[in-house]
Amino acid sequence: MSDNYVPKSAVGKWFNERLPLLDLIYGHLMPYPTPKNLNYFWTFGGILTFCLVTQIITGLVLAMHYVADADLAFASVEHIMRDVNYGWLLRYIHANGASLFFMAVYIHMARSMFYGSYKEPRELIWIIGVFIFLLMIATAFMGYVLPWGQMSFWGATVITNLFSAIPIVGESVTNWLWGGYAVGSPLLTRFFTLHYLMPFLIFALVILHVWALHVPGNNNPEGIDVVKGSQDTVPFHPHYVVKDLFALVVFLIIFAGFVFFVPNLLGHTDNYIQANPLQTPEHIVPEWYFLPFYAILRAVPDKLGGVILMVSAIAILAFLPWLDTSKVRSAKYRPLYKQFVWLFFANTIFLGYLGAQVADGMYLIMGRIATVYYFAHFIIILPLLGYIEKTKPLPKSLSEPVLSKEENEIIASGATT
Amino acid sequence: MSDKPVTRRNFLYITTGTFTAAGAASLVWPFVDQMNPDASVKALASTEVDLRPIAPGQSITVLWRGKPVFIRRRTPEEISEAKAVSLDELPDPQDDAARAKNPEWLVMVGICTHLGCIPLGQKGEYNGWFCPCHGSHYDTSGRIRKGPAPTNLEIPDYVFLNDNTIKIG
Repeated sequence: MSDNYVPKSAVGKWFNERLPLLDLIYGHLMPYPTPKNLNYFWTFGGILTFCLVTQIITGLVLAMHYVADADLAFASVEHIMRDVNYGWLLRYIHANGASLFFMAVYIHMARSMFYGSYKEPRELIWIIGVFIFLLMIATAFMGYVLPWGQMSFWGATVITNLFSAIPIVGESVTNWLWGGYAVGSPLLTRFFTLHYLMPFLIFALVILHVWALHVPGNNNPEGIDVVKGSQDTVPFHPHYVVKDLFALVVFLIIFAGFVFFVPNLLGHTDNYIQANPLQTPEHIVPEWYFLPFYAILRAVPDKLGGVILMVSAIAILAFLPWLDTSKVRSAKYRPLYKQFVWLFFANTIFLGYLGAQVADGMYLIMGRIATVYYFAHFIIILPLLGYIEKTKPLPKSLSEPVLSKEENEIIASGATT
Repeated sequence: MSDKPVTRRNFLYITTGTFTAAGAASLVWPFVDQMNPDASVKALASTEVDLRPIAPGQSITVLWRGKPVFIRRRTPEEISEAKAVSLDELPDPQDDAARAKNPEWLVMVGICTHLGCIPLGQKGEYNGWFCPCHGSHYDTSGRIRKGPAPTNLEIPDYVFLNDNTIKIG
């Protein structure tokens, strides 16, 4: 960063000369040049960091009371809810925090898609983001198994059985995952270990994500390149620190609403019944944030095919920077893409709705159509749009779209003289 | 190939590198294998079941290796229904005689071969088992007839110790 940090205290100077850590943090948080027109959709990076830290802190204290054993897990969660001081609060924050984490990440990803933030030169930021998303999925799934309720157990059974679809070695792989011949204690213990580990891996990836972001700098709603340090940028502090904090407060109000008023709204009642390996619940549904992918899994009448398609639905995201052939980033200047990207968002939400229904009759047919559309968006629509779409002219600066015609002429004439 | 002669240094470099890589690779295995079913899990690998309390048309479910096993004493109608099916109609063709050593007793792992749910007995379009999770229908021999499951319900290894007892596993 251009502005070097000069510690005021003697201790600060002594430390910074030996390890310029303060310098590094200061550079990324204070003078970091940021486009001046970022809207509230850009505040979700900060919100997500807050979510991750919240999950790590609440998870750490929950782990002090939880027992990862098939005979004791369910009771230990009830012990947290009833006996542990503020255990109910910590667990409700952790459980609802996971849901809100996903809400925030989906908005964050949708923002990136809408404004083309994944495009050159920001491909790697996006790809690291896809890996963070993958780790989030794994972490959330394993976390949901830990309370050892009926949905935990049967969710774990269905998902670990996905691996049995692998030809030839499928059964050995599932037995290896289970540490037995069915879902049981060994699986629960190893899921707990991994559930504890993965947030720290996510944290490491978040550092890379931000590092990679700060090389080219933020994209912006206009999707045009801005020159760092020009009139188009403002320092991160105080402008975006305050904007991010305000958005975080609004987010926290919603968060608190869930935790204190409807803490079980997003969960499933069956998970308050202890896991029973002899009885499958009537209707197994994953947590809401997995429903679109679950709908894709069920849309295929073939076991291996379904698994492959579901994995592809996530993996295809990593290729998005190259599937989208348009050079124009923001949907604001792409009249066709703007409609298609909304259609894609609507279709994904629709898939989520279908994932919650019983896969039969009309729902199954609609699920198949929506699945085909999901993939068509990536492998047909996006590559073609780059060639056939007539994009709108891009502004020369971030100021141009908000200034009047006269003001722009003054700037243009001023620039020439 | 380069023209440079093979020196003693090249030899030492390659062999040291190879041994280090092989040693490191062999150390990976204990870390992988520790996740496989352990001795205490394998020790529970067989279950004996007394068949006397089961009347024709009744089923029981026992746990074997943590998995539910259905033991059904089939009615004559179910047996004839299972035997009457032409193998051409089956997605996973298997003769009923190959599935039930003694036609009266059907012993099979009660786990849907799709994604591991437990099918409900005497339900579905073929009067056998029906999996509520993703809609697989099995017939009176536990063979897949309709739905996403790829194969028939698995038959575990079992022997009749005498007329009234079987040993699974």
